[in-house]
Amino acid sequence: MVNQPQPPLLEIQNLKKYFSAQRGFIRRQLVTVKAVDDVNLQVQAGETLGIVGESGSGKTTLGRCITRLYEPTGGKVYLNDAGGRISVTELEGEDLKRFRRKAQTIFQDPYSSLNPRMNVLQTVGEPLLVNKLAKGKELEERVTETILQVGLRVEHLQRYPHSFSGGQRQRIGIARALVLQPEVIVADEPVSALDVSIQAQVLNLLIDLQQKYRLTYLFISHAMSVVRYISDRIAVMYAGKLVELGPKTELLEYPRHPYTEVLLAAVPRTAQRHRGKRNVTPGEPPDLANLPKGCVFVPRCKYAQDICRAQAPELRQVGTNLVSCHFAESLHLQGIKFETT
Amino acid sequence: MSSQTPIAIPQTPEAPPETIIEPGKAATDERYYYASQWQLIRWRFSRHKAAVVSIVLLVILYILAIFAEFFSPYTPDTRFEGYQSAPPTPIHWIKPNGGGFGPYVFDTVRELDKETFKYIYQPDETKVLPIHFFVHAEPYKLLGLIRTDIHLFGVKEGRVLLFGSDRLARDVFTRTLFGARISLSIGLVGVFISFVLGVLLGGISGYFGGVVDDVIQRVIDFLLAIPGLPLWMTLSAALPRDWPTLKLYFAITVILSILGWTGLARVVRGKMLALREEDYTLAARGAGASAWRIITRHLLPGFTSHLIVSITFNIPGMILSETALSFIGVGIQPPAVSWGTLLQDAQNLTAVAQQTWLMIPALFVIGTVLLFNFVGDGLRDAADPYAR
Amino acid sequence: MTDTANLFLEVDNLKTYFFLHEGTVKAVDGVSFNLYKGRSLGVIGESGCGKSVTAHSILRLVPSPPGREVDGKILLHLHEGSNGSSTEEIVDTLKLERNGPKMRSIRGKEIGMIFQEPMTSFSPVHTIGSQIMENLLLHTPGISKKEARDRTIEMLQRVGIARAHQQVDAYPHQFSGGMRQRAMIAMALICGPSMLIGDEPTTALDVTIQAQILDLINDLQAELNMALMYISHDLAVVGEMSDEIIVMYLGLVMEHASTDEIFDNPLHPYTLALWRSIPTIEGKLERLTPISGTLPSPFAHIPGCPFFSRCERRIPGTCDAALPPLKEVAPGHWVRCVLY
Repeated sequence: MVNQPQPPLLEIQNLKKYFSAQRGFIRRQLVTVKAVDDVNLQVQAGETLGIVGESGSGKTTLGRCITRLYEPTGGKVYLNDAGGRISVTELEGEDLKRFRRKAQTIFQDPYSSLNPRMNVLQTVGEPLLVNKLAKGKELEERVTETILQVGLRVEHLQRYPHSFSGGQRQRIGIARALVLQPEVIVADEPVSALDVSIQAQVLNLLIDLQQKYRLTYLFISHAMSVVRYISDRIAVMYAGKLVELGPKTELLEYPRHPYTEVLLAAVPRTAQRHRGKRNVTPGEPPDLANLPKGCVFVPRCKYAQDICRAQAPELRQVGTNLVSCHFAESLHLQGIKFETT
Repeated sequence: MSSQTPIAIPQTPEAPPETIIEPGKAATDERYYYASQWQLIRWRFSRHKAAVVSIVLLVILYILAIFAEFFSPYTPDTRFEGYQSAPPTPIHWIKPNGGGFGPYVFDTVRELDKETFKYIYQPDETKVLPIHFFVHAEPYKLLGLIRTDIHLFGVKEGRVLLFGSDRLARDVFTRTLFGARISLSIGLVGVFISFVLGVLLGGISGYFGGVVDDVIQRVIDFLLAIPGLPLWMTLSAALPRDWPTLKLYFAITVILSILGWTGLARVVRGKMLALREEDYTLAARGAGASAWRIITRHLLPGFTSHLIVSITFNIPGMILSETALSFIGVGIQPPAVSWGTLLQDAQNLTAVAQQTWLMIPALFVIGTVLLFNFVGDGLRDAADPYAR
Repeated sequence: MTDTANLFLEVDNLKTYFFLHEGTVKAVDGVSFNLYKGRSLGVIGESGCGKSVTAHSILRLVPSPPGREVDGKILLHLHEGSNGSSTEEIVDTLKLERNGPKMRSIRGKEIGMIFQEPMTSFSPVHTIGSQIMENLLLHTPGISKKEARDRTIEMLQRVGIARAHQQVDAYPHQFSGGMRQRAMIAMALICGPSMLIGDEPTTALDVTIQAQILDLINDLQAELNMALMYISHDLAVVGEMSDEIIVMYLGLVMEHASTDEIFDNPLHPYTLALWRSIPTIEGKLERLTPISGTLPSPFAHIPGCPFFSRCERRIPGTCDAALPPLKEVAPGHWVRCVLY
């Protein structure tokens, strides 16, 4: 899938999103928060790219810039599909509206992502309505078809969100994203607010829908086990930067970036339980308004050398992965030991 | 229970969710599932007994005010020569000498107390004056349209003064009902003006933000820093005395609304800011919805219920302000009748001490304010059916 | 496990109901367990299973009305005095006044609790240090302010807050999420409690910070020989924190066993189904098997096993007829299921 000659569905080049915030009460100063800083990424049609990172790593902002829910500060996003190549970051007006049909978002919070004053028909039908794709009877038919796809029932059409459980609400959110028949879906932590027994239902639904409609997912999550389950490749973000990207098995088993190692070591295990024998890395998530010079991970990196403090590493190919670490080749980092049985 | 309705969902081998019959979720819950926001608000409001009773009483009050000509036996300007400052006429039910059952009053005679030089009113128990319903009396135009002379009740001779009479010998009951027109409507009209200003300016402030927001917020800060009563007094004192009642009425309403909109604008702005960040607003944008659609479909409906609550709490403030202004003589001017002008008669100590019935309009003011507050309480609890 | 000297908490047939307008919610419907000093009990369950309400009942923090502990006993074995010559006092917290002096002293001194959202546990207008100190001053007669401050700084250092002598005067908003959670642990432990309850204390944190906090709690528990009750919906986290685990569903204990048994030899269909429905970081990569259906309504009156409607191995006519008892099927392994 990856090695086909056709261009990648999404090309993200030097994408940046800076927010400015005011700090201090007496002495106000304007600080720039680099939520996404110079990210380069390619996403193949039909794949699931998992994006992981701590809070403040910029994963949500990245997803929202790609779908133009946020206006990027700089950089380009290209979409290559049957209709040719479009420059997403430059779209305006009707063109932007047409692009929105192709790239939809599933949100994390099943409560705040549905308007409590609109029933299922109105919520799922809204994208069709505002794009003038259907109305009246036809709209209802298409909405019905879609909600059946996500495991809801016809009699749910007239119900309001308050009568649904978290899992069902998330299905409504998925239906809303699906109804425009998009090519790309950015799923922003779609299962983290759900009960454990419901998470698998939604994950399997997403996988089935992907196979059926050849969807491309950007799956944003902080839960490594969930990302491992659903993704083909995994991108690791730290402080607005892409620090490692690779096929999931390779990345999990043989991480090349020290941050990936830290992240993996922190994941609680069910099979190899290690009470009190854990190798915990100290340190806090970075202050985005006050990042160090050189490599952003230096303050938490146990392998850091002088060069790391002086110079920011470039993202480069090391083995199967893309890594931004000066010592990616020489470090032997610990990954996950998969169970073989 | 064991029969799981199979729903054919392709490529989902697991039993689909939602196919389980949930025990205990009886048919009554269906109503709840399909209920819109307004239905939920109604259900929760109806649980608030005091609020429901209050709203009924308020409706009755407004009906009394709207059809004041019908419900009152006289007109506000009818004078009963020789019956100045008469106390309320007591109503009796069982007629003397086996005359049957029914409301009646005795005729009253006025005598001068030789010692105190005050008039005292004595019932003349020989003259039984039955109260008749739907009597023909002074003609009027119902709602300003229908010419009629039917009043709800009245006596064919003598007088029935339910709340007594004032020092110009006019029926206080009649005047209270007529006064309710201005007093009750000024709250509604004033709040309407505040509402328009508040939603408009608060909405602009919240949706666009930036410099506009800053300017509007500073104006609000400034207005809130001005003490209300002196400002109103100054402004209404500046109004020409010879303006017709209607013009004066609107001028007073506008003056009262000048400060009234600020609170509302803050509510609107705050809600706007909060709802703008909701994911569903973002989702609508992601679907290609226009700014207009987002505002009207996703933002405004999100806080109409809160607006209604804050409006309900604003009305009594308006009513009180009008009463206060009219009471000190800078609001509505006689001959126009409002509860405030009626209370002007009760300004001196003699009136309070000896003609306590002149204070009855004050009871109406207090009652109305309380009723509005009860309704507001109920609405506030019901307003956000999703908060929990 | 019948180590009477270290027995601290006995929960016996606890029932906590909520009487709401819409009906009665049996949030906890007959839960029993013992907890010993130096040992830890994990409580697993989905939202609405009653795991938090159980903890709140122990501390008498259930809002009343609408909630009420309608039945059961919660016995605390309190020890007065120190080394050897201590006298044991057994207190049933359900018999105490919710906010009476005894209950307040138990909450401050004997049992510490840490919550999911540390921000709401601290008042924004007081410094972190003063809030921790207040707890100490309240429950330690005769302690001086200076002494209390020193012990607070010491505690902050112990929970891993750098430059504690400065940070003691910081306000909650100046702390990051992880630091706030550390401060909350310091507050819970400042009076040297015999038991610590953690109610999803790491759910809002990043994995890396979660690992640090879990480690800290583990260390402190061993160091202070506390009883630990650890509540979470995250099976892997509970696995790392507990010696034994109870699995709850709709107010009932479905399975209760040692952590190894629960993970390696789960018996109850609900536990089994949970295991097959969660993705793991190291396990075999195969399609997950979700638990079908949704949680029944909390108002539902279910005569039999509450998991019946979602159970793969249900036996109609048996499982939905009567609630199966919690049976000890192997030493130390209790299961509530007719299959065993």
